[in-house]
Amino acid sequence: MRQVAIYGKGGIGKSTTTQNTVAALSEMGKKVMVVGCDPKADSTRLLLHGLNQKTVLDTIRDEGEDIELDDIMRSGYGNTKCVESGGPEPGVGCAGRGIITSINMLENLGAYDDDLDYVFYDVLGDVVCGGFAMPIREGKAKEIYIVASGEMMAMYAANNICKGIRKYANQGGVRLGGIICNSRKVDNEEELLKAFCKKLGTQLVYFVPRDNIVQRAEINKKTVIDYDPQAPQADVYRELARRIDENDMFVVPNPMPTDELEKLLIEYGLMD
Amino acid sequence: MIERNHTQDDMMESLVEKNKKLIEDITDSYPKKVSKERKTHLVVIDPSEEQHIMADVATIPGIMTNRGCSYAGAKGVVFGPVKDILHLTHGPIGCGYYTWNTRRNLAEPEEGYNYFIKNCFSTNMQEKDVVFGGEKKLYGAIKEAYEIFKPKVIGIYATCPVGLIGDDIKAVAKRAEEELGIKVITVSCEGYKGVSQSAGHHLASNTLIMDIVGTEELEDPTQYDINIFGEYNIGGDVWLVKPLLQKIGYRVVSVFTGDSKYDDLAKAHKAKLSILMCHRSINYTNRMMEEKFGVPWLKVNYIGITSTIESLREMAKFFDDPMIYENTEKVIEEELKKIKPRLDYYRERLKGKKAILFVGGSRAHHYQDLLKDIGMETIVAGYEFAHRDDYEGRKIIPEIKEAPHHKILDTYHFERVTEPVYPKEKIEEMKSKMPDHFMNYEGMMVHMEEGSIVIDDFNHHETEELIKALKPDIFLSGIKDRYVFQKMGVPSRQIHSYDYSGPYSAFEGAVNFARDMDMAINNPIWKEVTPPWKK
Repeated sequence: MRQVAIYGKGGIGKSTTTQNTVAALSEMGKKVMVVGCDPKADSTRLLLHGLNQKTVLDTIRDEGEDIELDDIMRSGYGNTKCVESGGPEPGVGCAGRGIITSINMLENLGAYDDDLDYVFYDVLGDVVCGGFAMPIREGKAKEIYIVASGEMMAMYAANNICKGIRKYANQGGVRLGGIICNSRKVDNEEELLKAFCKKLGTQLVYFVPRDNIVQRAEINKKTVIDYDPQAPQADVYRELARRIDENDMFVVPNPMPTDELEKLLIEYGLMD
Repeated sequence: MIERNHTQDDMMESLVEKNKKLIEDITDSYPKKVSKERKTHLVVIDPSEEQHIMADVATIPGIMTNRGCSYAGAKGVVFGPVKDILHLTHGPIGCGYYTWNTRRNLAEPEEGYNYFIKNCFSTNMQEKDVVFGGEKKLYGAIKEAYEIFKPKVIGIYATCPVGLIGDDIKAVAKRAEEELGIKVITVSCEGYKGVSQSAGHHLASNTLIMDIVGTEELEDPTQYDINIFGEYNIGGDVWLVKPLLQKIGYRVVSVFTGDSKYDDLAKAHKAKLSILMCHRSINYTNRMMEEKFGVPWLKVNYIGITSTIESLREMAKFFDDPMIYENTEKVIEEELKKIKPRLDYYRERLKGKKAILFVGGSRAHHYQDLLKDIGMETIVAGYEFAHRDDYEGRKIIPEIKEAPHHKILDTYHFERVTEPVYPKEKIEEMKSKMPDHFMNYEGMMVHMEEGSIVIDDFNHHETEELIKALKPDIFLSGIKDRYVFQKMGVPSRQIHSYDYSGPYSAFEGAVNFARDMDMAINNPIWKEVTPPWKK
C-alpha cells in the first residue's frame, strides 16, 4: 500500500488534481482510498457526486466513539473509498488535533485494508501546525506531491512545505515524490517550475495545462474522466496517474532561503 | 544573636568558606552551562559581600524540581480557598482532580452562604472538545452547576488546552452572567504561562482587582477594619490569628483568601489597613489596592512567637490608639503565659537541632523565625517560586530585569478612585517608623545567619548532596520530595499542607509546631530501621 499526501497552497487545485488522478488510477484497476484532511470536507465531492459525506469528526461528535467504518466511509467513482476527516467550524477548536483524531480513528476501525493499492491524503493549505502534518508524521504517508503553479505565493508555499518534509524525513521516512504543476498560464511557467524543482532536488512530475473542461466537470460534481472520458484533459490526468504509479524518485528536498527563491522568480519572470 | 568572640569569628569564617566550597562541589558536577546557571541560584550568607540571587527564571529541563504551574497558583492557591465561589476548572479532569482539597485550605460553612470547599467541579474536557472547541461544554457546565447548586458566584479557571484552542472563556462568562443573573469570574491561568505557579498568583491578582475588590460596599465601616492578605488558612492558621486580632479590637473585613467569602473580598477596599503574610502570592493586589483605593499595607509575620509579637506591635503603631496599644500588650502577655510551660518543654528537647527549609515563596522566611523561637537553627533555606524581592527585599525590584515570561502577564496600574484613607503625611511617617515592613518587605536573606545557605528552585541532586554534607535533623518541604529525605533517614514535615496537623500560627500554633518537630525529630523509629541495602 502506497500512502500519498498531496500538499500545496490553498486554492491551487489540490482536491481537483487529487480526485482526477485517483479516478485515473481506479480506471487502471487500482484500489484507492481518499482521506480528505480539510475541515471544509470537500476533498471527495467529485468522486461522490456531491457533498453527501458525513465526516469522521461529526460522527464522533454526534454518536460518540463507538462507530463503525460504514458510518464514515462511502464508496465513490470506480469503487474508490472516500473519507472526510472534517473539523470544527472556522475560528473555534483545533482543526489540527481533529486530523490526528480522525486518522487514529480510521486506523482503529481497520480502514487501512491490505487490499488497498493507494491511500491519498488531501491536506489543507500550507503545513500550519503539527496536526496538519499528521499524514506525514509517524510514518503514515511516505510520499508527498506538492501541487504548485508559477505564481509566487504557490512557490513560497511549496518551499515551506518542503521545510516540513525535511523535518519529518529524518524521523518518519517521508520523501518528496515531486511537484505537480497545475498551470495558471504564468509566463515561462514550465521552465520556472523545472528550475524550482532542480533547486529543491526533485522533479516536475507533470505539467497539467489549464482546460475549462475541469470547471465544467466540477460544476457537474464529477471528475473529468467521469464526465467526459474522451476529453484530452482526461488523458492528461491518466498520464499524471501513470507517472505517479511508476515514480521511483523520492528525495529529501532542499528548501531554499527566501532570497534565493525570490532571485529565481525574478530571473524567470523577467526573461522576456 | 549569639555573642561572638574572636574564636567564634574564625569559626564563622570557616563555615562560610566551607559552605561556599560545598556549593562549588555540588554545582561543578553539572554540565558547564547548567553549572554556571545554577551557581547564580545558590548563595552562602556572607555579610562581607553584597549578595544577590537569581530567581523566577525557567527551570533547566531535566532537573527535577518542585515547581507547580500557573493554574496551580491561580486556582490552587489564590482562588481555591474562597468558600462560596463554585470553582469550575475548564479542562481535562486531572487539573481539577489533583487540586481537590490537596492544599488543606480549611473553611467553615456559614449560615446563609454557599459552601463549595468540599466539592470539585470540572468540565472534563475530552478530545472532541479540543477539536470542536470547549465553549459549549463550558457553558453547559456552568448551567448545570447553577441548576444544581445555585451559586452566587462561579469562578472559571483555564487549563493548558483551553489556551491552545483559544476558547473565549470571558465571552462565555459574560453570557452566563446575563442569562443566569449570577457573577462569573474568569482567570486565564493556562499552566504553560510563566515559569512556575508564581504566574498564576499574578493573574489571580488581576482578576481580584479588576472584577471583585471594590464591587460591593461595606455598610458599617469602623476605624479598626483590616484585611489579612496572603493567608490561605492552611491547617486552620487564620482561626488562631483572627480571635487575637478581634480581642485587640480589630475587625477583619476579609482574608485573602483563606476561609473567605466573595462578598468580603468585594468590600475589602474599605479596610483601613491590609496586613500581608505571603508576600509572593498576592502583593500585586496590595499594590493595586493602594493605587486604586489608597489602602496601605503592612508586612507581618505571625509564624513564630517573636515575629507575631513584633507584627502585633507594629500594627498598633500604625493605628496609634491607646486602646489598641493596651489590648495588644494584654493579649501578648496572656498568650505567652498560656504557652510558656509547654514551649519550654519542647525547646529543651529541640535545642540546637538543625533544619533545612524549602517551601513556598514566603514560608521559608516565616518558619525560620518560628524555628529560632523553639531553639532550632535553619542551615539552608530556599523557595520554589519566589522572585528576587522575596530573597533580597523590595529594594531590588527596580534592578530586576524583565524576563520574557513577564511580558505575557498583564500588569495594571491605577489612578486613585477614592479619597485616600489617610493623609500623605501619615503614610510617610509610618514609612519612616517601620521602614522594613510598612509598604515594604525586607526579604529573607537579611535575616539569615552568616554561613547559612540560600537556594532557589532547588532540585533532587542538590537536595541529596546538601543532606549528605550537612546532615540536618529535619527537612521541611513538601509531598514531592519528603520521601527522598525519609529514605535517607532524615525526618520530614510538609510545610505546604502541614501533613494532617496545624495550625502553626501565632502562639498556640507555635506549640503545635514544636510538638510536631519533637515527634518527627525525636522519634525513635529513625534509630530502629535499617534499610535493606544496609543490611
